[in-house]
This record gives sequence, C-alpha cells and structure tokens, in this order.
Amino acid sequence: MALFHNDNTPMIDRYRWWEVIAIYAGIFVFLFFMLAPFIEGFLVSLKPLAELFSTPYSFWPENGSFDAYFTMWERVPGFAWYVFNSFLISTVATVIVLLLVVPAAYAFARFDFRGMGLVLGGFLAVSMFSGAVLLIPLFRLMRTLGMLNTYWAMIVPGAAFLIPSAIWLLRTYMMRIPTELNEAAYTDGASQFYTFRRVILPIASPGIIVVAIVTFIGAYSQQFIFALTFNSKTEYMPLPIGLYAFFGKQDVVWNELMAAAFVGIAPALVIIFFLQRYLVGGLTAGAVK
Amino acid sequence: MINSRSSLFFAWALLAPAIIYVLVIVAWPLVETFRLSFTDASLRKVTNYVGTANYEKIFNETFAGVIWRTFTWTFFSVALKMIIGTFGAVLLNAAVPGRHVFRILTMPPWIVPMAIGIFMWGWMYNGQFGMISGLLQRFGITDGPVAFLAYGHTAYWATIVTDVWIGVPMVTIYFLAAIQSIPKDLYEAAWADGASRWTRFRRITLPLMMPAVVTMSMLSLIATFNSFDIIWILTQGGPSGSTTTMIIDTYQTAIGSKKYGEGAARAVVICIFLSLFCLAYFRVTRKLQNMGGKE
Repeated sequence: MALFHNDNTPMIDRYRWWEVIAIYAGIFVFLFFMLAPFIEGFLVSLKPLAELFSTPYSFWPENGSFDAYFTMWERVPGFAWYVFNSFLISTVATVIVLLLVVPAAYAFARFDFRGMGLVLGGFLAVSMFSGAVLLIPLFRLMRTLGMLNTYWAMIVPGAAFLIPSAIWLLRTYMMRIPTELNEAAYTDGASQFYTFRRVILPIASPGIIVVAIVTFIGAYSQQFIFALTFNSKTEYMPLPIGLYAFFGKQDVVWNELMAAAFVGIAPALVIIFFLQRYLVGGLTAGAVK
Repeated sequence: MINSRSSLFFAWALLAPAIIYVLVIVAWPLVETFRLSFTDASLRKVTNYVGTANYEKIFNETFAGVIWRTFTWTFFSVALKMIIGTFGAVLLNAAVPGRHVFRILTMPPWIVPMAIGIFMWGWMYNGQFGMISGLLQRFGITDGPVAFLAYGHTAYWATIVTDVWIGVPMVTIYFLAAIQSIPKDLYEAAWADGASRWTRFRRITLPLMMPAVVTMSMLSLIATFNSFDIIWILTQGGPSGSTTTMIIDTYQTAIGSKKYGEGAARAVVICIFLSLFCLAYFRVTRKLQNMGGKE
C-alpha cells in the first residue's frame, strides 16, 4: 500500500502500512524519552506554584500563564548576569582553544616527524581524564596563580579538556587539503609561516568554524564542576550554578526555575536550529577520537 | 621540502603552545595527584609524607563497594545507551517523511547545558508532584507516590536513566552515520534475493555497524566512568551512599572533607582504571583498522 511515496520511490524503500505505523510509534516513544523533561519543564514553567504543589498530579496546566517568565527576574535579579557569564566563559574558552588548536592541528595534519604520533596520542588521552579526577592539584594551581574566584578559574581548566576533540576534528579536516598547495607556495618562495597564514588558514576556515561551534557548545553545556569548586563569587557564576539561586530557604521555586532554564536554553536552541547542518557532521566527527 | 630541517622546527613551534598548555593544566596535576596521594595534605600549612598510609586507609569494604557500584552503574548505563542508540538510529534511518525533523529533535539533551536537563529530571523524579510518579499513580501501576531519589534502589536507577538520556543523542547520531555509510547495493542485492527487512537488519546492518558500536561503547565507558554532574545534582551520592561512585567519593573526600591526600589516593585509583580503559580503547581501534573497518 502506497502511503508516503510516489512512483519514483525505490521499491526497497516502500513500507507496508503496518511497518509505517510501527516506525512512527517507535520514533514517538524514542523522541518522547528525549524530550519529556523539556515538555514537563515547560509545562511546569506555566503553572502557578499553588497548582504545582497540589495532588493529584495533572499534566496540563489549568491556569497556565507566562507569569513566571516575568517574576523570575525579580526573584533572582542577577540572572541576566549568569547567562552573560556563561556566554563570556564559553567565548573566551573557545578563543583560547582555537588559538592553541589551529596551529597544532595543522602540524599534525601536514608533518610527520618522529614523536608526533606519541604527542597526538597524549592529547587524545587528555580526554580520558575528567576535571573531577584532577580537582585537588587544579584547585591548588588556581590558588597559586591567583585565579580562584575569577572567570579564569572556570575558563582555563575547562579549555584544556576541550582541546583533544578540537584537535582531532580539525586535523581530520586539514588532512583533506591537498599537499600540492604547500608545494606550490614553496616553489613561489613563500615561508612556512606565510603559507600557513595566507594559504592554509583561508581554505581551512569552514572547518575552523565547525570546530568553534562544537567547542562553544561543549564549553556552554559543561560548566559545572569548575564553577562549583573554584568560584564562590556570585557575580561570576555561570548559568548552571546560578539556577541554585531559585532554591529558597524551604522550597524550590520550580516554576521560575524552569522558566529561567528555558531562558538559558534559548540560545542553544537557536544555535541548533541554524547550524544543524554543520552540527551533525561536526559532532559525529568529534566523537570519532 | 615537507621534511626539511626548517619544517621540523616549524612543526614543533606550531605544537608548542598546545603542548605547554596541556602539560600545565593536565599533565602536571596528574603527577601532582600522584605525589599528594603519599602525603597527608589538607588545609593545614604543614604537609608530611605518610608513605602508603592513604592507600591502606581506603582499601576497606566501603571502598570495595564503591568500586563495585561504579562498575555496575557504568555497565548498565553504557549498555542501555548502546541499545537505545541502535534502536533510535535504525528508526531515524527509515525513509519516512519528517525524518530530518526527528533527527534534530534528538539533539537537545546533548546540546542543552547538562545541569539544566538534570534539574528537569530532578523535578520529574519528585515523589509528590513529579511527572513519573504522577503518571504511575494515574495508570494504577503504583498505589502511592514514589519519591525516586529518596530510596537507594530507585535513586541508583534514576541516576542511570538520566545519564542514559544525556548520552543517547550522541550515540544515536554516530550510529546513524555508521548505518548510512553502509553501501546501498548490499541491501539491494539482499532485497533482490528476497531477504526480509529483519533479515537485512540482522545480516547486513548489525554486523557492519559493529565497529561503530565497539568504538562508541569504549568512548562511552570512559565518559560514563567520569560522570559527575548528574549524580551530584540529583543525589550528591546519597541516599546513604547508594549512588556514590568513585568520582563522587573522591569529590566528597577531597573537596567536601578537605582531605586532599586521601582524595588524591582515590583519584589515583580512578586514573589507573582510566588508563586501562584507554589502552584497551587504543588496542581495539587499531584492531578494527587492521580489519579494514572504519576509524
């Protein structure tokens, strides 16, 4: 039975009606698991507190309103700062990672001297260790460098753990740039540095953009442990720690907390929407370490 | 020209900044963790070397329990990620309208700041007002409210489910890419021979995506072993230690109780396990490459 295909659909891709139902049912269950917390979170943000803390449980809000999205700013006046801090930390971390990774990835992609394989393995091994394992010496290092309770305490250690996948991703991209370009530049008398800056960098820029996006998302989504441990100043707190501000003395103001969460998520959702074409390729390539 | 002497210098000059950065921020702390594990470092000014006292102190039944819990927790989480990821990838690969939208809709748990997703799960697990307990009661599966995070057994599984939820999108998208790189003519030949959809999945898709499954489960193993945010936000290792994994245990000792030396000894044990995983990973990927599999 032809459901969603025309005469051009290859025979192999044609499904019987019950297969179509099974596929959609499966996708529905799968996506429900992926999105349930967001759906529930959004509905919670619409419910007044009294309705939220009432039994029996009701899925749909009865007196739903967007009030929480306005009152949250009064309860936690610094919230806009937390979002700003998150952006600032992620942006600076991304810049640091790019400055370190772009030259390194080029070296790994183009040269093959003794010991470089080992160094590459060393970089990849970094991603095996989480910040939590190295927390004690990192804490002392941050204290020695005077970075405790500053933005740097969240930026500097965070950036280190974003380096491995960025190097891998960009190296893979740069290996596809033909060596003939280097040779042509050499014949024309260009120096190594000139070739890197004027020939390679412009060609590699689409790859660099993908790495920048992936790194930024990584930095934005994983700010927790360093912010929790290395910073106690409210004015530098990023979004995830800032959400704790909605934990009152007795009760958590859940509807405003969820509203705040969605305000914090919005930038990430906008990024997904516009860059999903790059993201699927970039994120999976980053996973292939 | 590519391998001239000036190239050698240039290549290392390009690498130097990244190498120095990683040496200072990762390698040095690693060595320092090892050194601290033999001291009684704490908030006090004076630090003495105490030999293997820290290690002797931690090797007791509680710590053995923590190690065992970490391994079972990690195992269940990775296994579920692989199963659900395969399920999702096969479904999203089906040639039905809307599949591009469905693919985007799998991404949020991965892209959204982890802590935010975890807070939302925290509310869902709430016994009196949360969605899961509410729906279970509505459909008569449980008699009364279930406060998932208040009991050891349910908290253990609740943290696993949240960890799976965060890990599945990456696994799914990666498996989907692996499935899509399988040559189409294999399917067409099998189809021409009258193989059913299930047979094609069993005999073509599953064997050919196996290298991706192996690679991903190794990477996922390492990431899951290191999992901190989920457990810390949901339960902080409780109730009564039922979700205390090695990472949480280390954090509580080192940062919570300020026993840096003892915490470092625990971190060293974690590092030993991680290095073993890391070696296994490199060995497995090399084997897959030799077999002609993808990286």
